[in-house]
Amino acid sequence: MLALTDIDRALLSGGRGEAAAFAMRLLLRYGEALGAERFIAITRAHVDGCLYHGRVSLDFVEHLAALGGRVSVPTTLNVGSIDLIHPELFRGSPEAAANGRRLMQLHEALGCIPTFTCAPYQTLFRPSFGEQIAWAESNAVVFANSVIGARTARYGDFIDLAAAIAGRVPYAGLHVPENRLGRVVFTLPSEARVHWSADTLAVATGLVVGEQAGAAVPVIDGLFASTTEDDLKALGAVAASTGAVAMFHAIGITPEAPDLATALGGREPEACVELSVADLEAALAHLSTVGEGAPLGAIALGTPHFSLAEFSQLIPLLDGFEGNPAVDLYVNTSREVHARLAELGWLTALERAGFTVVVDTCTYVTAVMRDVRGAVMTNSGKWAHYAPNNLGAEVAFGTLADCLASAAAGQVTRRRA
Amino acid sequence: VKLVGRTLVPGTARGAIAAIPPLSFWGGYDAASGTVIDRSHPACGLTLAGRILVMPAGRGSSSSSSVLAEAIRLGTAPAGIVLSEPDAILAAGAMVADALYGRTCPVIVLAHHHHTRLGEHGYALVDAPNGSATVQASDR
Repeated sequence: MLALTDIDRALLSGGRGEAAAFAMRLLLRYGEALGAERFIAITRAHVDGCLYHGRVSLDFVEHLAALGGRVSVPTTLNVGSIDLIHPELFRGSPEAAANGRRLMQLHEALGCIPTFTCAPYQTLFRPSFGEQIAWAESNAVVFANSVIGARTARYGDFIDLAAAIAGRVPYAGLHVPENRLGRVVFTLPSEARVHWSADTLAVATGLVVGEQAGAAVPVIDGLFASTTEDDLKALGAVAASTGAVAMFHAIGITPEAPDLATALGGREPEACVELSVADLEAALAHLSTVGEGAPLGAIALGTPHFSLAEFSQLIPLLDGFEGNPAVDLYVNTSREVHARLAELGWLTALERAGFTVVVDTCTYVTAVMRDVRGAVMTNSGKWAHYAPNNLGAEVAFGTLADCLASAAAGQVTRRRA
Repeated sequence: VKLVGRTLVPGTARGAIAAIPPLSFWGGYDAASGTVIDRSHPACGLTLAGRILVMPAGRGSSSSSSVLAEAIRLGTAPAGIVLSEPDAILAAGAMVADALYGRTCPVIVLAHHHHTRLGEHGYALVDAPNGSATVQASDR
């Protein structure tokens, strides 16, 4: 049974308004379903409900707005269905465009910050170590828990906004320190670091760990010491797509895993998995639905949203780059990074090279891409995982350099390792 | 046979059983038609509308809450959902549909050994008040 504090009771009885009471009733039932014992306060929220999934998306937010709802903590927004900066990119029906736009605007009217990014950890609103937060969007959840050490359960649509309005969440899941300890250890072979660069190894590892970890928090040993935040972002995003990973530890890299014993909380692991180069190779191979030499229709970068650091790797590759007229070039990012690109003059360089820079949304969740009849190449494990089903696209996975070389060649061309 | 479990979202439902492996509603279920559309799922093409969905656990994206709630609104959702692991994402979708539209889709959890037995039957009646839930299964 959930024990309620005076704050919880005040919320439920309408003392903080009707919208907060509605949100808290939903959270109470949700907390009971989870078997939580009490509620805790949160300092931030990240809401994924601004992507249009049907009439219910609008009905829920309109209901809260009609009750006078306002978020009570700083609340960032995930991607919507429309690039509001470049609305002409949307290729769906006018009705879908209108609904998508209205849903995004309604969230702003509730006091949410219009970040419209799946990478809120790359914004000014990044949480700190140890903060209790309510984040939705699976890649953001895994990043917050693993890379930052902030604490969030895996929230989904409706509950994320309810938590932002009430400022409370059930104390359960990864909010609780003990549930954050590693339970299954995955060891990478040292040859893996000879075979692959840090970025590709991160994606391969995420694929396998997502498939094998189940509900247990995985501990990963053997990544490059030079693994970057963007590599960890890619690892988490793909592990949360092929499985339900909401947190991982990387020994010597992530903040709650200075060493194996700390990551495990001094306990014995439930299982130890020694991964082979063949396991990782097979997982990467499975990600591509077409082989070398397949004709390309597009490349898709920026899932999750490209960071400024990733753009700083892309820009030099555009020197002397000659695109192929048959291959469209897309990169997704946030409006905050987009504004920096303009200041740095990088936006001009990207546009000159033929890139369409998509903000506020993502090419795998909405109708933006001009043509997906040719195969699409991506350096995102998450994009490669979802696009065949979402868009009906054939996919090839490769490094950033492979993507650009293939775009120039008009066909899948990977540099031999 | 009568099985006892725990209610996540209250309600009552009856229908033919559809026992399938974990399905992500987002990307995997078409709320307009009530059918499974995940090309890599063994139940692809199966209609779940009005059936008692028996699956061990939820899976995949947290946007599944919205897809389930939209399907409940449209009357294309399963009549009830019987899991063996609690799933907060599906529970949230059913809760919101109840709160907004007064349409229920009970979600319950059965112990694993009971859950496995349910799949052997053709029809089920789910009775899920707050607290504990019962499932009456029969072959017709």
